[in-house]
Amino acid sequence: MSDLTRLTAADLAAKIHSREVSAVEVAQAHLDRIAAVDGGVHAFLHVASDAALASAALVDDSIAAGTAPASPLAGVPLALKDVFTTADMPTTAGSRILEGWRPPYDATVTARLRAAGVTILGKTNMDEFAMGSSTEYSAYGVTRNPWDPSRVPGGSGGGSAAALAAFEAPLAIGTDTGGSIRQPAAFTGTVGVKPTYGGVSRYGLIACASSLDQGGPCARTVLDAALLHEVIGGHDPLDSTSIDSPVPSVVAAARQGADGDLSGLRVGVVRELGGEGYQPGVQASFDAALRQLEKLGAEVVEVSCPHFEYGLAAYYLILPSEVSSNLARFDAMRYGLRVDEGASAEAVMAATREAGFGPEVKRRIILGTYALSSGYYDAYYGQAQKVRTLISRDFAAAFAQADVLVSPATPTTAFPIGDKVDDPLAMYLNDLATIPTNLAGTAAMSVPSGLSDGLPVGLQIMAPALGEAVMYRVAAAYESTREPLVAPEVSA
Amino acid sequence: MTASLVDFDDVVERYDPMLGLEVHVELNTNTKMFCGCPTGFGAEPNTQVCPTCLGLPGSLPVVNRAAVESAMRIGLALNCSIAPWGRFARKNYFYPDMPKNFQTSQYDEPIAVDGWLDVTLDDGEIFRVEIERAHMEEDTGKSLHVGGATGRIHGAEYSLLDYNRAGVPLIEIVTKMIPGTRERAPEVARAYVTALRDLIKSLGVSDVRMDQGSMRCDVNLSLSPRGSGILGTRSETKNVNSLRSVERAVRYEMCRHAAVLDAGEKIVQETRHFQEDTATTRSGRVKETSEDYRYFPEPDLVPIAPSAEWVEELRGTLPELPWARRARLQAEWGLSDEELRDLVNAGALDLIEATVAAGAPAGEARSWWVAYLAQQANAREVTLDALPITPAQVARVIALVAGGELNNKLARQVVDGVLAGEGEPDAVVEARGLKVVSDDGALIAAVDEALAAQPDVAQKIRDGKVAAAGAIVGAVMKATKGQADAKRVRELIIERCG
Repeated sequence: MSDLTRLTAADLAAKIHSREVSAVEVAQAHLDRIAAVDGGVHAFLHVASDAALASAALVDDSIAAGTAPASPLAGVPLALKDVFTTADMPTTAGSRILEGWRPPYDATVTARLRAAGVTILGKTNMDEFAMGSSTEYSAYGVTRNPWDPSRVPGGSGGGSAAALAAFEAPLAIGTDTGGSIRQPAAFTGTVGVKPTYGGVSRYGLIACASSLDQGGPCARTVLDAALLHEVIGGHDPLDSTSIDSPVPSVVAAARQGADGDLSGLRVGVVRELGGEGYQPGVQASFDAALRQLEKLGAEVVEVSCPHFEYGLAAYYLILPSEVSSNLARFDAMRYGLRVDEGASAEAVMAATREAGFGPEVKRRIILGTYALSSGYYDAYYGQAQKVRTLISRDFAAAFAQADVLVSPATPTTAFPIGDKVDDPLAMYLNDLATIPTNLAGTAAMSVPSGLSDGLPVGLQIMAPALGEAVMYRVAAAYESTREPLVAPEVSA
Repeated sequence: MTASLVDFDDVVERYDPMLGLEVHVELNTNTKMFCGCPTGFGAEPNTQVCPTCLGLPGSLPVVNRAAVESAMRIGLALNCSIAPWGRFARKNYFYPDMPKNFQTSQYDEPIAVDGWLDVTLDDGEIFRVEIERAHMEEDTGKSLHVGGATGRIHGAEYSLLDYNRAGVPLIEIVTKMIPGTRERAPEVARAYVTALRDLIKSLGVSDVRMDQGSMRCDVNLSLSPRGSGILGTRSETKNVNSLRSVERAVRYEMCRHAAVLDAGEKIVQETRHFQEDTATTRSGRVKETSEDYRYFPEPDLVPIAPSAEWVEELRGTLPELPWARRARLQAEWGLSDEELRDLVNAGALDLIEATVAAGAPAGEARSWWVAYLAQQANAREVTLDALPITPAQVARVIALVAGGELNNKLARQVVDGVLAGEGEPDAVVEARGLKVVSDDGALIAAVDEALAAQPDVAQKIRDGKVAAAGAIVGAVMKATKGQADAKRVRELIIERCG
């Protein structure tokens, strides 16, 4: 294995910008690594070798010409979740219904990565339309967890997280609707950030649930995630829900946190996110992390968010409702799969959707269609929105008592492939601790907090809307007390 | 199905109609409701599209501020309140011409509510129509069914889709139920749509062309037994695409409903389609299940929350509204109600006002447009404003007459020349040599010649029978091809016989 693939994005950038190594060498090292191990991991759905090398060459040319790098990450490779549109690569969202689709436009996140000179290596595997917690619902095969290939890497962004853990890329982009960045980060021992809703543009992000989806950075270190956060974040006039205010200074906050001093900060432990239902090893890792935070000078307080217990139920009404509407457009009339069975447009639509959608997507479309039906709307969608308001109030009250909140990122470590695929409820429970943040539109991240029985555990740090700086600071301080987690070598 | 219709007079004898009108107006904004695509009519299919209006995966809508302003101005002109906060909603249903398979619309939070529009009926009576709401939505694309009979989907071999219209901003204006129209229901319906069209035209926010579909009307109608106050079941008639059709659709539905009710049957709540050729309505496809649009607030858009300042600023931009303008012009031009109505019906108001603005006296301007020009328009089977002559050109002709350079007969020839594309009035005068001849030398020669040709008439004049001069005037005019100044000719005849 080339040493280049073991480096952080920050270190790679420094070497590339000082011309110690070229961006092309860095890209090639990662492409070689992908060729060597991805057969065993299956993190990627599409590898864009030529485009990646061409993009890296442009960065090298520009640096050779004495031009300042386009961004602090110019020339650094990245794995892009296959839910963002790319004009030069297929975009499937993990679904058969979009097999072979080439979007005519770049997502805003894609465009910002290109403008920043980031080398896009390819597109990563995911649960179909980001619905799932294991990548087992991908139409293109499961991604394996580099820590144990018989286990899932989490989902929906399992491909992005596994690519990081397997050293196929130092940076990745995910999307988090109910935990799809944080849960895979926890399962693979990597860092995953769900920014404040509206902090990263959704334009070109193929929607799962519009009011919950949020793109965000994935990396192996907190600083790398912060560097990527500043590249992709910020207002986008093409997304009405995008926040029109500056990106929080997360890079500065991460550097500050690395000093390891959290004195004066209050860390709130959410009573409802822990205990029963959480694996003992996960709970032990969390308790150790709390002691570590106290050592860093933080004051640990207990807070209560009594409505979090309704979060999962509310989420599984709001999400399917929006899904049922967002996914209506996949009807064979304009793009994607077309099953020409039947004599009418309606028959073709039905046959195509029957053939093109997988079981979890169908389940949620049916749930959502039902929840929005006349006569049920108030009882389901309406009530769920009220729960959402109550959860936001819980957060507001908790953030009055603490600067950040913490919890285990997931109730368990990575589970075996096949374990929960036929038990949707058990699968949904994976997102118990991550869902409240999506419902409230606030920020949260998962950082590695050690191993339990040889598998990574994640610490979740939650912050108020646009409060990412303090979240990164706490994460970086905590990270500074630990050795990085390195997955065992995977075989192809 | 009920065999025959009930006679209209008989219907109103025994039933009270309850009328409701829903009018869709396509705004003339430069760009679409939720993206930057152009909205021009008649472009090559699928050339005015982008990821957003094609509903491509990942695309997102952004509200067009100009469309919101147009909606608010329409609401204000209809005396509505403007909602201080409102969301768009998704109306979910599958149809190939709708790219996202949901329409982004306003549902229970419309931008404008509770207004009214006063409409003038044929006899001058003012009838107030209450407005329930005006809301914003996006238009669908168009389907073209090929190979079947009459362009309908059933039996078609294949269908073509054009998404140029998808996402064009629409305003839907919905009246409250209009009670008490009785036998005037058809007339009220037409008068309302007419008044609405004129209002929106004056706001400049839509072309309001019913023939091009930029204004479309749905007629809701039910009957209740006379005086019972019991609301009947309503039908909704679509495809009513002219003012005349509005009137005819209401009349037909009244007669049809009465026939159904008289037969002891029940009115089916359904969508019907107006048939232009037969002036009847036919039932739309009956759906097996009732439509459930599963409305919910559009999560991709933030709420619209117009500030009071913005509303007042827009109120300040409202132009003089049509009825206020009519009242002003009626006073300025000294018209009777009947004269005013004739001008309005002839579509001459704008033209006359523009002619007056170009310097012509109101009386002359009016007489040109409602008399000679109206005849020309009739002869060509076009509307007055489609005649190839401008108000400024008419004003110039009027000025030439006033200056004595043309008489009325010559003036009509000049107008004919302009209509024939011969250029500006002065150029026509020049090219056709139409100037009034008032040069005494030429006229004296013509007069002497005429007197010599008719010595007996000349003698009568010399004997003091001045009335006989008419025959000589006629002869001179004939000899000069009508270009002589008739008044001067008469003076010269008297002089020469003196």
